[in-house]
This record gives sequence, structure tokens and C-alpha cells, in this order.
Amino acid sequence: MSSILSKVKLPYLLLLPGFLFLFTFFILPIVNLAQTSTQTPIANGDTGQYEQTFRFANYIDAFIENREQFARSFIFAICATLLALAIAYPLAYAIAFKSGRFKNILLVLIIAPFFTSFLLRTVAWKQILGEEGFVVPPLRTLGIISESTTLTSTSFAVVIGMTYNFLPFMTLPLYASLERIDPRTMEASGDLYANGLTTFRRVTLPLSMPGVVAGTLLTFIPAAGDYVNAAILGNPNSKMLGNVIESRYFRIVDYPTAAALSFTLMAAILILVTLYIRKAGTEELV
Amino acid sequence: MTKVKDATIPTIPLQARLSRWFGRNLIRIYAVFGFTYLFIPVAYTFAFSFNDSGKSNLIWKGFTLDNWQNPCGAPEICTALGNSIKIGLLATIFSTILGTMIAFAIGRYAFKGRSTSNLLIFLPMATPEIVLGASLLSLFLVFQINPGFWPTVIAHVVFCVSFVVVTVKARIASLDPRLEQAAMDLYANEFQTFRRVTLPLVAPGIAAAALLAFSLSFDDFIITNFNSGTLTTFPKFVYVSAARGIPAQANVIGSAMFFLALAIVITGQLISKKTKVSK
Amino acid sequence: MVDVSSATRGDLRLTRITKTYGDFTAVDDLSLTIPEGSFFALLGPSGCGKTTTLRMIAGLEEPTVGSIHLGTTDITTKRPYQRPINTVFQNYALFPHLTIFENIAFGLRRRGIKDVDADVNKVLDLVELPHLAQRKPTQLSGGQQQRIALARAIVNRPALLLLDEPLGALDLKLRRQMQIELKWIQREVGLTFVHVTHDQEEAMTMADTIAVMNEGGIEQMGSPADLYDNPKTAFVANFLGQSNLIKGRIEGTDGDNLVVDLFGQKISMPKSRSHAVDSSIYAGIRPEKFRISLVGTPTRGNVLTGGHIEEVSYIGVSTQYQVAMPWGQELMVFEQNDDGVPPFDKGDQVVISWEPNFTFALRGDEDVEAGTEVAPDDLDEDE
Repeated sequence: MSSILSKVKLPYLLLLPGFLFLFTFFILPIVNLAQTSTQTPIANGDTGQYEQTFRFANYIDAFIENREQFARSFIFAICATLLALAIAYPLAYAIAFKSGRFKNILLVLIIAPFFTSFLLRTVAWKQILGEEGFVVPPLRTLGIISESTTLTSTSFAVVIGMTYNFLPFMTLPLYASLERIDPRTMEASGDLYANGLTTFRRVTLPLSMPGVVAGTLLTFIPAAGDYVNAAILGNPNSKMLGNVIESRYFRIVDYPTAAALSFTLMAAILILVTLYIRKAGTEELV
Repeated sequence: MTKVKDATIPTIPLQARLSRWFGRNLIRIYAVFGFTYLFIPVAYTFAFSFNDSGKSNLIWKGFTLDNWQNPCGAPEICTALGNSIKIGLLATIFSTILGTMIAFAIGRYAFKGRSTSNLLIFLPMATPEIVLGASLLSLFLVFQINPGFWPTVIAHVVFCVSFVVVTVKARIASLDPRLEQAAMDLYANEFQTFRRVTLPLVAPGIAAAALLAFSLSFDDFIITNFNSGTLTTFPKFVYVSAARGIPAQANVIGSAMFFLALAIVITGQLISKKTKVSK
Repeated sequence: MVDVSSATRGDLRLTRITKTYGDFTAVDDLSLTIPEGSFFALLGPSGCGKTTTLRMIAGLEEPTVGSIHLGTTDITTKRPYQRPINTVFQNYALFPHLTIFENIAFGLRRRGIKDVDADVNKVLDLVELPHLAQRKPTQLSGGQQQRIALARAIVNRPALLLLDEPLGALDLKLRRQMQIELKWIQREVGLTFVHVTHDQEEAMTMADTIAVMNEGGIEQMGSPADLYDNPKTAFVANFLGQSNLIKGRIEGTDGDNLVVDLFGQKISMPKSRSHAVDSSIYAGIRPEKFRISLVGTPTRGNVLTGGHIEEVSYIGVSTQYQVAMPWGQELMVFEQNDDGVPPFDKGDQVVISWEPNFTFALRGDEDVEAGTEVAPDDLDEDE
């Protein structure tokens, strides 16, 4: 009897410390953030002093004021996600099906860039794409870009940087789902009169959809909230929502607006992600 | 009837061979480009750790070993590194303990509220870092806790726990439940079964989770920036100095971390391969 | 796109095929003709090259040298989807994301056929699973998946149907049932079937012609009865059923027969059943061809004396004896339990006899163990 009781309790006992921690330092802060987002400055108070007035118009103000950065965050994140998918899919495919005994080494190589601080690597891109790097001068000589065109401090550089940063997040889930596919199903497709392209479209891609969904989410979510790439590789006209939230907190000490923006970002991501999963889910997922 | 020894051996035309070789290897060629893209910045960082640059490490000025001989040469840099390592170790210990317990609960037991638990684990991973960092800072401000060392550790545990749970849970799911049944059949009680069979089998998963947690914590900038106040960590040091040029010592530390982590992972793989063979 | 219906029909001819992977030769100078409409089996242990051969026919591998013709068309370098050949894969390789109906319709759609319903339903009827059309493969039992894999292939009415260990994943009873069904379906649809298996019983039940493969080459080819009754090598003698191989020497001829000395005892056998190259031979006799009698009772045909029963195993339909012979060899004898004669006991002094026509002779330098040490459950092919 007592052992049955302890068996029922055991999982809850195991969960307790972790969930207590997450409740205090994850749920509570989010609730608190929601509360902050509808506050207004205290009349005659110091900078940074706010009171709760349930002013939901904060959201509208914040959105209208920063709609450009908003749009940019999502457009950049979508571009980076699509680029990362285009680069990562063949990479994951090659590791899953064409690497033979080098599979483990290649997997380590995918995560290896993580081991160098991502800020250092982002700064390295700034130098690589810079005037003295090895990309711009040859392109100028070949006449592909004009003398006045630069690659750093552009939206292009921001997207390249983000694509690079989140590439392993895209590659690993793709690899995991490709690796689960029985290669015989692809052979069977060829055997049943599908050429390489049709086999990819009808068999490989649908079967790897779980990886595509996971990878794009793992890339899109952090990319949409990122501000480091925009700060290092961008210019004032390529600022993203993250940059705004950061400066609202640290420079302007406008907590309600920062909170409202954070919440709007989270909500927008959640809506997009839900729509996306529903679309991908009903059509192709096993 | 079976072997026609006198017939000439037909050969396959070169053109057909070439086109099939190309078809088969196209994706490998592509993969080489992919890996090149991944490693260009790493190689760049490594190369510029040998730059005789002085203050700002932007342009190649000549080869030197000075930076490697004197990695703490830049002001503040080793303090920042020390802070990152301390925070990383503490965050790793706490998140691994909490996360492993949760992983066992979710991975081993069917109980009421399991899917809610899964959701609670998933949410921090689905929340943009900036929201995580900002919300925690707001909470600390409400309780008038100053940002600094411990708030940063707590913040890191928050986002590391979920990754630990996912990693350890995957390992637990891949265990054959019959092994535990066999242990019990061989007179091991619940605790002995856990101690002698389950834990050793899950250990590689826990080790991988700890390594992941440390690297996530060590490399984190956004959440740290919100919760560390005046405390400097290595990523913060890099970010702050990026505007006026990063000292080459940062490249030394980045490259050293890269090779150290690579060595740890490869050693781990070799060990696991060896134990697999000896089984 | 492949016009399966008319373009390439006819015999399949492999001409001097060799396939190497680095230093390893999987298939070694193999030539083979598979007549149109036959049920052909490639039989051999794992690693003998049978699956590699099948994959080259399917187009999944390319021969290092040699050519493959279907009728008059050279298909050596054709891609799998350019060949009127379909495969029933080991473990079936059904598409997990498609319904059974769409799995079967897959090949038809790829060939540009718009109206697939009639064909798919017809073949679903043929495999007796029309009610499963809208299920997903994971919802089916192993036997059902096997039939769907077959249906998915034959719906295309290929010139050649390849079966790669198609029954390996099924349990024994289901396997027996499917063997009979496959044979029936082959007659029904009239296609050429090429069946790869390591299970000699399966090959013998189904195939018209069996090619026994070993170490990348064909050891012997013929009808199941030919191979069993008159094997040419120790490998075939041992791989198909069991054989008693007794060292001996040809002493001379007597009309159409050879006179053979087996450890001092003379026996005779037809000249035509000797595959030896000189006088040193192994005489082979299948265990069920032997008769046992107690010393002193009348015998006919070839006789070997001086044995005693070493071991008795009762199997139901038969009793298996191991008879120790004076020269130290133990011979295997299977006696049907159909004559009401009480079985012999351990230690009985016995005489072994058999009809001379059942004897076959192998070269004296053969490895008598060849083909015996094959694990029957070993499904993995080294590739």
C-alpha cells in the first residue's frame, strides 16, 4: 500500500523543485511583465516610476510607433529562416545519407562553431564583409558591386549574420528527421518511376516535415527576437524590435512600452507559429 | 550455361558513368560549401588571434604569438572570462539537477498533468530570449533585487533547464525498459535498480545535457545583458568592445574555447565508442 | 516515363557482371539468363552477392563491369525509374505518409496515368485487402504490409518483378501461406518473378528455377529437383537440405556405372551423376535415401556394413538416426514412421543400404563443410 502511494507521489516529488523554480522565475516574471505593460508614469514621479492604470492603449501606441521595426523583425527572421533552410537541408541530407562512417564527425562539426562565442563570430562577419575583408574587393574588381556599395551596415549583412547564427538549430532537427527515414522508401520511389526530383517532392520532403517544422521554429523564434546582429552588422535603418526593447529598458527606462512590445512580439510569434504548425500539420505531417 | 567465359566483358560508357557520379556527389559538393560557410568566421577568429594588432583587431598587421602568451593582456578580459565560467558552472549544476529530475518524472512515469508539464518545459524554449531577459529583469526590479551575479545565474538556469530536460528525456526514452525489469528480476530493489542500471545508462545523456547547458550559458548575451547589471561576462566584453575594436586576446580565448570543447566532445565520443566495443 | 506495357519485354540477360566495393568483390563475373514468365530464385547465404545482383537488376546499383539486357534493350545504366522493373523490398518500404491506396497508385501516377482507381482496386482485390485502402501502412500487420508491397509493385505490370527476401519478416506459418499465395499470384498475373532468399525451403517451394549463389558467383542452376537430387558441389549439397558425404575412390567402370570404394566397401553409382575430375571423390547420399536394417536381415542395392546406432531422435513424421561407421564418420539417416516397424535403439548393430541411382559424386578436393555453417536466421546482407 505504502509503495503504491509513493509510486503515485514520486513523479510529483521529482517535478516539484524544478517547477517551483520555473514558476517563480519564468511564469511569475511573464505575469509581472503583463502587469507592467499597462502601467503609466506616476504624475510628478522620477524617471522609471510607474503605476498600474490598466492602460491597454500602451499596446497600440507602442505598435504604431514601432511598426517599422516590427515588420523588419519578421521580414528579416523569415528571410533568415528560409535561407537557413535552403543551406541546412542539403547539409543535413548529406550527413544523414551520404556520409558513411564520417557521420559522427560531421555532426560534431555542425555544432562546433557554437564553441566559439557567437559574438566573436558575428564580429568576424563584420570584418569579412567589411572594406578590408576578402569578399568586397574581389566583387568590386569583378564589377559585381559598385565602388560605393558596402556590405556591412546593411540589412543584407544582418540577414546573413542571423542565417549563420541559427544554422545549426536548423540543421540538427532536419538531420534527426531525415535520419529516421528508411532509405528503402526512397529507393522504392525510384523503383516506382519517380525521378530524383519527384522522389524528393513526394517522399523525402513529406517524411522530413517534422524536422522542417522544428528547424524553422528553432530558427525563426530566436531570429525574430534577436538584436545583436542588427546592432553589430546593421545600421540605424535596419533596427529590429529587439533593439527597441533593449533601448526602452536601458536608455529610456520606459518599462511599460518595453513590456508591451515584448508581449506583442511574443503574441505575434505564437500566432504565426500556431498558423504555421496547423498548415504544415494538416497537409503533410505523418 | 551459367558462365559465358568467352564472351567479351561489356563496359559502361564513360559519359553515363560521369553523369551518375556527378548526380551521386552533387550533394556532397554542396555540403562542402555548407561547411565552409560554417567555418569561415571560426577560421577568421582563429587567424586574427595571431594578429600583431595593438588595440583594435580590425586589419591584419603581422603575425605574433604575443596574444597567446599573454591572453589576459587586455584590461578586464580575464575578469569577464572568470565571471562567465563561474556563472556557467553554477547554472550548469543547478539546471542539470532540476532538469534531470523533471526528465525522469516525465520520461518514466504516466501521471496526471504530464502534458501540461511538457508544455511548461516547451514554453521557455519558445519564448524569445529578449522577452525572457526583460521579464526577469522586471521581476527583480519589483522585488528591488539589483541585477548582478546571482540574478544572472538564475536567468541562465531558466533557459537551460528546458534543454536539459529535452536531452535527458530523449536518452531515457531510448532505454529498453526490459533492462530495469531484468535488474528487478535479479533481486535489485527499486533504488538499486536505479543506482546500478538506470543511472549508468542515462549518464551519457546527463553529461551531454550538462555540456549543452554550459555552452548555452557561457555563450549567452541577450539574457545576461538584461540581468547582470555592471557585472561583465565574456560575451558582454566582446559586445561592448565591438564598437571600438576587439582586442586580439578575445580571439585567443574564443579559439581556445573552441579547441577545448572540440577535444572534450571528441574524447567523449571515443570513450563511448570504446565502451560500446567492449560490450 | 516508362512505357511498361509493350516496350521492353523478354528474357533478362546478365552478361559477365562484376561488382566491387573497394577491395571487396560482391559479384564476380556473373552471367545469367532469366527466361520471360518464369519464377526464378537466387538462393544463397548472406554475403553471397544475391542482393547486390538484385539491386543491379533494379538499377539501385551499377555494375563495375558487365551489362544487363531486358529483351534487346541494354538497361545497364538506366536509372531505376527508367526500367520496367519493380521491386518488393525487404521490410516492404511502404511510404508511411501515404494511404494504402496512394502507396499502390504511386507508380501509376508517376507514369502519368490519370485514372488509377480501377487498377488500384483490382490489385487490392487480388491481394484480398480492398477494405484497407484508406489506412496508413503503420496500421497494418506484417502480413498485410507484405501484400500491399506486392500489390504496389505488380499494379505496374512490370516486365520483371524483383522480390528481396519478401517473407523474411513474417513468422513461419504466415510465411508458408504467403509462399503458396505468391506462387498463385505469379501464375495469375503471368509476370517474371525474381526472388532473392536465403531460405532453401522457400526457394524450392516457389521457384521453377533456382540459381544457388556463393561468394559472388553461381554454384549451380536448375530446377529444385535437379539441385536437390544431383548437386554438383558440396556447397549445394549442404545448403539445400542435408547430405552424407563419404570419402571414396573410383575403382573402375561397369557399363554405365562406376565402381567406387568407400573405406574398403564397394558400391556402384551411375556415371552420369559423377561431377568428379579424377578418381578421388566424395560419394553423396541424402539421409532419407538410406535404409537401416539389423545385421542379418536381407538388403538390396548398395550396402555399408559395420555401423551401430549412436543417437536416435524422434521427429514425428520421421525418426533421425546417427549411425557410427567403422571409419569414424557418423552418417545421418531419416526413416519415415510409416511402416509400423518399431524404431531401432541406441547401440543396435546395423547395415545401411540404398539404391545406387540416388548416389552422386563430388570432387575429392571439395570442402565437405561448405554451406553447412550458415545461420538460417541471418537476414543481413553485407553490402
